[in-house]
Amino acid sequence: MIPATGKPSLAPKARLRFDRISGGYMLLYPERGLALNGTAASILKLCDGDRTVEGIVGELHREYLDRTDDDVRHEVSEFLEDLLKRGLLRVLG
Amino acid sequence: MTEAHRPYTLVAELTYACPLHCVYCSNPVDLARHAATLDTASWLRVLREAEGLGVVQVNLTGGEPLLRQDLEEIVEEAHRLDLYTNLITSGIPLERERLARLRALGLSNVQVSIQDSRPAGSDRIAGTEAFHRKLAVARWVKELGFPLTLNTVLHRENLDHVEEVVALAEELHADRLELANTQYLGWALANRRALIPARAQIEKARSIAAAARTRLEGRMEVLFVVPDYYAEFPPSCMDGWGRRFLVVSPDGLLLPCLLAHTLPDLTFANVREGPLADLWNDSPGMNAFRGESWMPDPCRTCDKRTVDFGGCRCQAYHLTGNAAATDPACTLSPHHGLVEGAREEAVAPGAHLVPFRYRWPRA
Repeated sequence: MIPATGKPSLAPKARLRFDRISGGYMLLYPERGLALNGTAASILKLCDGDRTVEGIVGELHREYLDRTDDDVRHEVSEFLEDLLKRGLLRVLG
Repeated sequence: MTEAHRPYTLVAELTYACPLHCVYCSNPVDLARHAATLDTASWLRVLREAEGLGVVQVNLTGGEPLLRQDLEEIVEEAHRLDLYTNLITSGIPLERERLARLRALGLSNVQVSIQDSRPAGSDRIAGTEAFHRKLAVARWVKELGFPLTLNTVLHRENLDHVEEVVALAEELHADRLELANTQYLGWALANRRALIPARAQIEKARSIAAAARTRLEGRMEVLFVVPDYYAEFPPSCMDGWGRRFLVVSPDGLLLPCLLAHTLPDLTFANVREGPLADLWNDSPGMNAFRGESWMPDPCRTCDKRTVDFGGCRCQAYHLTGNAAATDPACTLSPHHGLVEGAREEAVAPGAHLVPFRYRWPRA
């Protein structure tokens, strides 16, 4: 479980790339790529190693006003946990 | 181009030349036929046009890509195009300074091959002394801040060392470990009797890999690729013919896979002939096995046809003589007996006495 005060950033092997053809973002790593939906891309753009998970949730909540704080928190933590398991994320602090 | 045929990965085979002579090399066995290699300007154009087609990753491979003196220029252009760039290398010949230069130019990931966890076994397969040098290169990769992929091709002689290979990958702090069983094409088909393992070896290695995958989750990605010969159904070779992978051979042929030019009666365009997009979409060879209209029975009515696309065309041709046959690796293939027969070779008396045929030319 990633703590709310943890500061996530992409692992060195992962890279976010805008895809002109689909109009969305892709997360690239060796021999693989994940097509990200809008929320996932928004989350990852905030994973800069400075912001905490709680800070990311707060910023996203402002972007997605139609969702409750808990919904956003749940979505962020589920997505980040998944990336952590895939070795695509680092969490400091 | 439709989304059904959008390439995501460019496999750039920069040269067939290699200081190693691995007995399972995936290059064609008639290497000598392929002469005039693409020049630097052509490779830079291939990168640009591939990116325009939708490619987001490029694998710089061969042969040994380090043998190209223009590798730096190619990496620089790939980086400028924001491509995720993998160097797939034996690690020979490489100096630390050159690797540092490639890092500065934007290379994303380095994949180093190790032929075995044991020096003698590794050098025997490679046909040259390289093991200790490879370990040094793998350490430089991590020291310079690259992610490291370690790749070991598995076969009868090293499958029982998988636990040691995992330990070595951990010691080297690899980010990804590819335990890729030999697929019996190219030089590996020529050496099949000497390489093919027994089922029990595969099963044991597979369970060791599965345990390592669980234990190392989040730290090291562990991939175990079963040989087609021991799969119930074939995997989707290259994610389907001319769908996701765009391969350019050292002499400039635009191909759907590394060995498609070994199939008879197919015409593949050379990238020198025109814009990559036109060749990708319209070359007769690229269209030969797209879609389902070419499929024979039992593929055409099989509910797996959208998953495995009928399996590997090269395997079909090199085993049955017909590139449009169902992949004999499939248990539903009328030719599956060919694969069963090969598996029996693994446990036949004297199987361990079969000599290797090294990749020619051997230094």
